Amino acid sequence: MSVPAGHPLLEVRGLCADYGAGPDAVHAVIGADLVLHRGEVLGLAGESGSGKSTLAYAITRLLRAPGMITGGSVGYYPQPGTAVDLLSAEEGTLRVLRWSQISVVMQSAMNALNPVLSIGSQLTDVLHAHRRDMSKAARRARAADLLAMVGIAADRLGSHPHELSGGMRQRVMIAMALALEPQVVIMDEPTTALDVVTQREILQELTELRERLGFAVLFITHDLSLLIEIADSIAVMYAGRLVERAAAKALFRAPRHPYTLGLLSSFPGLHGPKQHLTGIPGSPPDLRRLPSGCVFHPRCSYVMDRCRTDAPALLPLAGARDGAGGMQRAAACWLQDGSAPPPPELAAPVPDLAGSQS
Amino acid sequence: MTQLHEAAPPPATSTPLLEARGLTKHFPVHHAVSADRAAHGVRRGLLGRRGPGMGAAGRGGDVVHAVESVSLALDEARVTAVVGESGSGKSTLARLLCRLVKPTAGQLLLDGDPVPRSGRGRREYARQVQMVLQDPFSSLNPVHEVRYHLARPLQVHGPDEAGRSLDDTIAALLERVALAPADQFLRKYPHELSGGQRQRVAIARALAVRPRVLLADEPVSMLDVSIRLGILNLLGDLCERERLAILYITHDIASARYLADTIVVMYAGQVVESGPARTVTDQPAHPYTQLLLSAAPDPERDGAPTLVGRGAPPSLVTPPAGCRFHPRCPHAMAVCATAAPPGFDVAAGHVSACWLQARDLTAAQASPLAPRGGGNTSPDDTSSNDEPGGGDDVSPDTR
Repeated sequence: MSVPAGHPLLEVRGLCADYGAGPDAVHAVIGADLVLHRGEVLGLAGESGSGKSTLAYAITRLLRAPGMITGGSVGYYPQPGTAVDLLSAEEGTLRVLRWSQISVVMQSAMNALNPVLSIGSQLTDVLHAHRRDMSKAARRARAADLLAMVGIAADRLGSHPHELSGGMRQRVMIAMALALEPQVVIMDEPTTALDVVTQREILQELTELRERLGFAVLFITHDLSLLIEIADSIAVMYAGRLVERAAAKALFRAPRHPYTLGLLSSFPGLHGPKQHLTGIPGSPPDLRRLPSGCVFHPRCSYVMDRCRTDAPALLPLAGARDGAGGMQRAAACWLQDGSAPPPPELAAPVPDLAGSQS
Repeated sequence: MTQLHEAAPPPATSTPLLEARGLTKHFPVHHAVSADRAAHGVRRGLLGRRGPGMGAAGRGGDVVHAVESVSLALDEARVTAVVGESGSGKSTLARLLCRLVKPTAGQLLLDGDPVPRSGRGRREYARQVQMVLQDPFSSLNPVHEVRYHLARPLQVHGPDEAGRSLDDTIAALLERVALAPADQFLRKYPHELSGGQRQRVAIARALAVRPRVLLADEPVSMLDVSIRLGILNLLGDLCERERLAILYITHDIASARYLADTIVVMYAGQVVESGPARTVTDQPAHPYTQLLLSAAPDPERDGAPTLVGRGAPPSLVTPPAGCRFHPRCPHAMAVCATAAPPGFDVAAGHVSACWLQARDLTAAQASPLAPRGGGNTSPDDTSSNDEPGGGDDVSPDTR
């Protein structure tokens, strides 16, 4: 993977999003802080209901009512020195930015294609809207190029979605997202419904395209084991809060939050002797009735008195600046506040990242 | 092509609890022109109860070869995993084993005896063999409480032998699946439970009649990551504590390695490899198993894996002659295109249906298969007969 340039492209600060208003509002995302650097793959991991999709939609201002953005800022920096505040941008500005600069591959993208239009007309539609000066023939040629880019023969332009397999439809969606050469591509569970071989093929194509075109990816998935392989850095969400942020390899080898540790031990490995894994006891909380203090405390095996009353903030960890993009490691856990040494499982040494290429 | 081949039951030291021999299921295709229609034919075939006597072929004479002479044995207190992609026939296999669909050919043996066909025999079979479905959000009736779901099978199949009251039996059932205290759950409706709790109720329902075989079709794929392991561990405990024979169907080979004693890998309706779980995942003998393992997410891996044998599974209406994997196989030989490989013993209990394991091939048979025209590594080469929507039929229940 190419070394990500340190320049931040998308900066999310204290983003909050609710569903509904008033006392019954469900706080789906609370105070999310994220930085996506140029050319980086930032993974966002979390279970269903953890707010990861809401966060993606809030960043792009695609959140639909009753969803509302209630605070924070999202800065987009197309070039050093220029900044666009996405949360206060006019609808017209957004209309230009979306797809041409920031594009989204939606969840269950396989079903996001219009069943009554051919692939070709759906691909050229984007070009028609954003590149008004392009001739019809040029649009058609570009659409064929895009399909070829994701490994589909150009004669498929006339096909309708039902004539394509799931993997091919997913590839078409990715081709569409890349049609205008955006700088940021947000992918919301892009391969979840696919078979493992197809998933791997698409991920490999994606990696190649990213190296060639240099866009940054915000990759949202529940599959942490996959994310560790493909992402440069990872943010873990739980019940609407970011609980840990780190470079992928550091997160895998040396998790700092008990939830991350639990998630990592929820994926049986493919190597070594059979180990008994426990997963995480209990189930994710209902966002309408969140526990007091740290939202993870009812499921946490390291729970302390303080966790039941005070919510920990996502704080940078001392002396743990790690490689990828200069992202500061952070964890939201009282065990990591420096007052006492954390348990050894949560204080594993961070591997030497200079050796790895991520 | 449809020749029976021994597909890998482990060397039986005792009679397996449930054994399938050469189980085959063909679904008729009514107008076999495109793979599109073939997929449609599968659904109609499932609904229309066509027996072998009526002829499995539809009007056009074409059939979907969903499951092709699969033999496997489920032993007491053992977990057997069936691993495969969507469309590999693993769910059809579970339905065959549960007798929800009639096999086109082949035999089911319970305790070594052929299963009876009478109505009473079917009921007795259902008492012994129970199934847990993939999606606990749709497999429980939303208008009924937990108690109803657990009481029904007990009422249908008769009460507990121990002479306990219905309520005591139900409370004990809930405790067996770690839903305690039971009285907190009895009066709940499915929507009041989390996904994991729902799946536990579904498992309790299957356990209500004290079956000896539990067929679990993707029991964790709809659940949140952090609670999957809880369900897998529950299945493992049940297997150990209650000596259940469990069939665990999954697309996730890592979880199969974790839970199962034996792994059976299916591709395009056939068993391609089977053996002890660790052996199959650590020393895969079949090129398809190797492909599956290289594609599986693995945080331990450094760098990107090399996928050998990319592409999509073949059409099951017109499956390739010989080995069904040969159009994708990097090691394909002349013999692979003409003759279906029998199961070869790789090691004790480890069987691979691949000609690479054959020792006595002639030079002509072993010559590399000439690559066909048009670059068959391109993903869309095989997709002309790729079943549309094949990727998303892992969760038909959710739609």
